[in-house]
Amino acid sequence: MTVSIVRFGGSNCDRDAALALDSLDIDAEIVWHEDGLPDSTDGVVVPGGFSYGDYLRAGAMAARSPLMDEVRARAEDGTPVLGVCNGAQIGSESGLTPGAFTTNRSARFQCEHVHLRVENADTPFTRAFDEGAVISLPIAHGEGRFEIKPAELDAIREDDRVLFRYCEADGAVTDAANPNGSTDNVAGVLGERETVAVLMPHPERATLDDIGASNGIGTDGAGILRAFE
Amino acid sequence: MTAYTATVTVRLKRGVLDPEAEQTREALERLDFELDALRSADRFDIDLDAADASSARERAAEMAERLLANPTIHDYDVNVVEAE
Repeated sequence: MTVSIVRFGGSNCDRDAALALDSLDIDAEIVWHEDGLPDSTDGVVVPGGFSYGDYLRAGAMAARSPLMDEVRARAEDGTPVLGVCNGAQIGSESGLTPGAFTTNRSARFQCEHVHLRVENADTPFTRAFDEGAVISLPIAHGEGRFEIKPAELDAIREDDRVLFRYCEADGAVTDAANPNGSTDNVAGVLGERETVAVLMPHPERATLDDIGASNGIGTDGAGILRAFE
Repeated sequence: MTAYTATVTVRLKRGVLDPEAEQTREALERLDFELDALRSADRFDIDLDAADASSARERAAEMAERLLANPTIHDYDVNVVEAE
């Protein structure tokens, strides 16, 4: 599989994603958004960063770019698409996934490690885990608070489209474990197909052995990125 | 065609937490102002030519629907006046 990692002006996790995928022997290339998706694309990562300087709202500008029309078309065809952090904001702004990501409850940029409970293990992004498993990933965002209309929240819970929720180390979903005030502790959601997902935490920052294995960060992110194997 | 200015005001829906407004309120209180609540909003002044005020309003509303507001968290209103 060849993964296209989309680079907008202001993307800054694109090379991390490329390194992480490369470490898993998954072919990946960084694609400048104005160049469009190469024909060889059979997976898409929309990486983190500050596309368009977060003008208007985080992700709002990139979401309306021609490249995202291509990503939406690919997503509808079943190509796996993963949005991480700013990529998650772009994904929700573009309508790929439900809800919105907005200012953290703290009104601050937060860079810390969180625990996540795997709510649906029947997706390419979570097939490495069991449902209910607790994984650990870093977050780094100022606008990661998941908001969604109550009726839509009911619908995505009903359809099992909540992918990850912030939790304690033992898996308990509590307000104290919710770093940003996200509705229902939601950290990641699926689009209309289980091959489309966005999440605020950074799997690419907890994938490489030489970063994660020796210092407690772990390599749980690899399980998510293996969706592209 | 007439020149209009459409003013689009985008604000968080009631009930959606606004941490920036809350911080601003706290800062005002540190400056010894007394207030009960503070809400923030974004305002866009859009100059455009249209056949009449209602078509100017319609176009500005569509801009709000498609970009200026996020319907998950925002309400908006549109006010149209003839440009000076």
